[in-house]
Amino acid sequence: MSQTTVIVVGNGMVGYKFCEKLIAKTKQFNIIVFGEEPRRAYDRVHLSEYFNGKTADDLSMSTESWYTENNITLYLNDPVQEINPAEKTVHSLNGMTLKYDYLVLATGSSAFVPDLPGVDKDGVFVYRTIEDLELIKAYAAKSKNGAVMGGGLLGLEAAKALIDLGIQETHVIEFAPRLMPRQIDSMGSAMLQSKLKELGLNIHLNKSTRCIAGDHKIESLQFNDDSSLPIDMLVISAGIRPRDELAKLAGLHVGTRGGIMVNEKMQTSNEYVFAIGECALYDGMIYGLVAPGYEMADTVATYLVEGDKSFYGFDMSTKLKLIGVDVASFGDAFVTEPDCRTIIFEDTHKGVYKRINISTDGKYLLGGILIGDAEAYNMLLQTVNNKLVLPPNPEDLIMGARGGEANEGTGVMNLPDEALVCSCEAVTKGAICDAVNEQGITNIDGMKKCTKAGTGCGGCIPMVKDLITGTLKAYGQYVKNVICEHFDYSRQELLDLVRVNKVKNYDEVLDHYGRGDGCEVCKPAVASILSGLWNDLIVKQDTIQDSNDRYLANIQKGGTYSVVPRIAGGEITPDKLIVLGQVAKKYNLYTKITGGQRIDLFGAHVNDLPEIWEELIDAGFESGHAYGKSLRTVKSCVGSTWCRFGLHDSVSFAIEIEERYKGIRSPHKLKGGVSGCVRECAEAQAKDFGVIATEKGWNLYVCGNGGSKPQHAQLLATDIDKETLVKYLDRFLMFYIKTADPLTRTATWLNKMDGGMSYLKNVIVNDSLGMGQQLEEEIQALIDTYHCEWKEVVENPELRKRFAHFVNAPDDKDPHAQFEPMRDQVKAKGW
Amino acid sequence: MYALVKNLTHTCNSQPIRMEAVIDIQWIYACGIDDVPANGGACVKHGDEQIAIFNFTRRGEWFATQNLCPHKQQMVLSRGMIGSAGDACEPKVACPFHKRTFSLLTGECLTDDEYQIKTYPVKIIGDKVYVGV
Ligand code: SRM
Ligand SMILES: Cc1cc2nc3c(=O)[nH]c(=O)nc-3n(C[C@H](O)[C@H](O)[C@H](O)COP(=O)(O)OP(=O)(O)OC[C@H]3O[C@@H](n4cnc5c(N)ncnc54)[C@H](O)[C@@H]3O)c2cc1C
Ligand code: SF4
Ligand code: FES
Repeated sequence: MSQTTVIVVGNGMVGYKFCEKLIAKTKQFNIIVFGEEPRRAYDRVHLSEYFNGKTADDLSMSTESWYTENNITLYLNDPVQEINPAEKTVHSLNGMTLKYDYLVLATGSSAFVPDLPGVDKDGVFVYRTIEDLELIKAYAAKSKNGAVMGGGLLGLEAAKALIDLGIQETHVIEFAPRLMPRQIDSMGSAMLQSKLKELGLNIHLNKSTRCIAGDHKIESLQFNDDSSLPIDMLVISAGIRPRDELAKLAGLHVGTRGGIMVNEKMQTSNEYVFAIGECALYDGMIYGLVAPGYEMADTVATYLVEGDKSFYGFDMSTKLKLIGVDVASFGDAFVTEPDCRTIIFEDTHKGVYKRINISTDGKYLLGGILIGDAEAYNMLLQTVNNKLVLPPNPEDLIMGARGGEANEGTGVMNLPDEALVCSCEAVTKGAICDAVNEQGITNIDGMKKCTKAGTGCGGCIPMVKDLITGTLKAYGQYVKNVICEHFDYSRQELLDLVRVNKVKNYDEVLDHYGRGDGCEVCKPAVASILSGLWNDLIVKQDTIQDSNDRYLANIQKGGTYSVVPRIAGGEITPDKLIVLGQVAKKYNLYTKITGGQRIDLFGAHVNDLPEIWEELIDAGFESGHAYGKSLRTVKSCVGSTWCRFGLHDSVSFAIEIEERYKGIRSPHKLKGGVSGCVRECAEAQAKDFGVIATEKGWNLYVCGNGGSKPQHAQLLATDIDKETLVKYLDRFLMFYIKTADPLTRTATWLNKMDGGMSYLKNVIVNDSLGMGQQLEEEIQALIDTYHCEWKEVVENPELRKRFAHFVNAPDDKDPHAQFEPMRDQVKAKGW
Repeated sequence: MYALVKNLTHTCNSQPIRMEAVIDIQWIYACGIDDVPANGGACVKHGDEQIAIFNFTRRGEWFATQNLCPHKQQMVLSRGMIGSAGDACEPKVACPFHKRTFSLLTGECLTDDEYQIKTYPVKIIGDKVYVGV
């Protein structure tokens, strides 16, 4: 009996997935694939990463030898031109005529280009293939401003790509009155629009384009409202057009608005011909996403091996990637009252908009929209898809539980086993947990290899991670949090080992507890452990320090450094101010008051650093450790010495605290503040530790943060005296130094801490671990061994020698460090 | 011809260094072996060129690359941290600016396919370091 031949037309994502699914089920078919593009099927979903350095090879869905290894014949660059369903043959451009038993059309779609005058001009592009991107990249290099026609999912992604390509002014032109009209409502669109503006995108809604003007090449867009927009390039992303031309020619039924009509087995009007992916029209709908395409591929593969499987539509929930603003819509995003009850949460300050639609009986989630914060997306989607019964206060789903415990029953581990976690690859929660339990998978890379979960759009990865951790924990396994490939320990474990065994240098640590030669991740982490324990001079092991710590200064653009002397509490004498001015003038340093109440001198050549510091130290300055993961500043307000509201002397206390903890190395930098009254002029509650004067004493706040995720500090103790405050602070800081992961600020450390603030309070104030005294002694040892590392360098000729750009020409400066004038000073030349 | 001074004290099964005949190689004196800190780098001026030299004490090996980081054209690779990557212990250096890492053997960028740097052979004679240009 001769082998059954399956011919696949189209080697895109879905065509490839079909082959993969079919050979996984049986090897009995003779599979032949025709592809129009010059390369093997690649990951179109992550196409934009081509601009971020991914190569065509990285994006490829298979290895080069995959097809031959699996006995699949692949003809690339050879589109099928004609199908003859009566004779069951296909005819290709290169002149081949082959006979099939089954034909699978996976021809995808092409970008829809509206019929506008001027679309054929130079500088007008579509966004679909690697070749399109190559053309865009080349053209963008000589363009200043550009536009994307279409404010949908793809259009916004293309717009972000234009920004990343360095287009100075990027516009998005949308015909509809809102962005992403198929996914989000007008309130969501308004919020998204304001977020995108911040990213530098200019959004034009309600704009219909009349023509593309220009001489040969595009010069402007002319709109129907008689306005116009000058641009150098245009990417059209106005929707997709299913590639049904072959099917039409062969007399197969196609929809009036395009698409090859199929039934629930994906059969076209000819029972031996199937259509899958973006070219297929099922129940009046084109599915422009990869997950439903994969499901269609599986349906046909199963059908061909005589299994029974049907396709009954697919969830079109989506999460926008790449653009820098979270956007997601899921389930039925648009139902309105009275068919449902809608809960809306809007925070224009943070740019967050969330809407959920719940059934009128309040039991089930129907769908919703998330803008600005889509962290809950996966969980909400699961709640819809698995018809999970909602908790009594469904608003907690989008606002988080306020007060009391988090909602029981909404965590990942509570999902049913059949919950579809990765919809691209159809991987269920059960399959993921099995992979952990039975195959010993413990990380995401392993999970990708084992189950393929997370290899599609990647949107489920956070959830997959939570499931791995959750399963490991449920089975009592310890979840490893390791520093890097060279150490199988967390920072805290390694710190304990180093402390107990009194190890004093990096190489020994690596020999005893690690492997390989170390790297830029573990070296500074171990350096921080070593100095947190022994407070040894940083300069003794300079090559394991981050560049800033190695040169005791912050590196800047161009390779020069900044000089930041300590100005404790922000208090400085006129004499010292004069010295700073003189030094800055002499070495031509740009001078600025920092956000930390001190003065930064920028643009010092590496070989000037020792001399600059020599002069500063002579005038009584010390290192400000602006380069170290260590105490930066303790900000003060003027307090009772001058201020009419001041309750106590906040400046003196700030200076005292800053002097106490200066130089101590920690997992991340530390900042403090002391305010003389509740008006809080020192912004103490934005700091890792903050002190505020009260009528009866001082309040101590901890774990605040500015930076990109600001968070207020929380109250640790009220109305305490100075001595108690210092004691608590000692314990708090040492506990943090010993237990936090590398590069974790106190706020993040607290957020991850089991038991949170009440646990921390217990440890620090009630001494629940009985280690209060030990912590105090340990930090005292660090305080007692303080040394100004710049003083050490200045006084040591051997150490001074290291501050040269060229070893063989120590007096020469790097000619590449260049400056430009700016307002009577200099700045670093741009890169 | 060049050979690298090498003793196998480190724990990695690093790939054997390729011995290849290099014609027209010109050896320049770079610096003394003590001028480059243990497990660190230093920059040598050769005309208008800047060469980063690494004293990988842990492996008993020396490496040299261009000093320019191709990412933002910064003359800083000699100030980067060195280490190794992967099971094969590929020796590497990380740029201090944005942590692109480069193989010290091949100059290939290990974190970003777009970049590649030049590497140079190094030989040690007595207490002197020579670089082949
Ligand atoms: C100079 C200064 C800006 C200024 O001109 O005012 C500054 C400059 C830098 N900051 Fe800052 N920060 C400065 C005040 C702040 C403040 C305001 C404050 O301290 O009150 C904050 C927010 C408060 C906070 O930290 O919670 C701040 C939050 C950050 C962050 C984000 C930290 C976070 O937890 O998210 C970084 C990034 C990091 O550390 O990883 C950062 C990093 C940096 C670095 C070190 C970036 C770098 O690696 O090159 C900049 C070094 C410039 C240089 O070459 O010297 N800087 N930085 C300020 C120096 C203060 C000082 O006297 O030491
Ligand atoms: C930039 C971008 C971002 C995207 N992001 C997402 C996302 O985040 N999530 C998501 O789910 N989806 C996303 N998509 C959509 C997703 O890529 C498509 O749904 C998916 O690629 C459809 O697969 P397909 O195989 O049906 O079509 P395609 O991948 O288009 O493959 C069809 C192939 O058939 C070839 N072909 C056509 N006619 C012939 C012929 N006659 N003979 C031979 N070959 C032929 C075509 O050249 C093409 O190579 C994105 C798409 C783009 C362009
Ligand atoms: S806010 Fe950013 S740019 Fe400004 S100093 Fe801080 S790190 Fe540098
Ligand atoms: S300049 Fe080297 S990584 Fe950016």
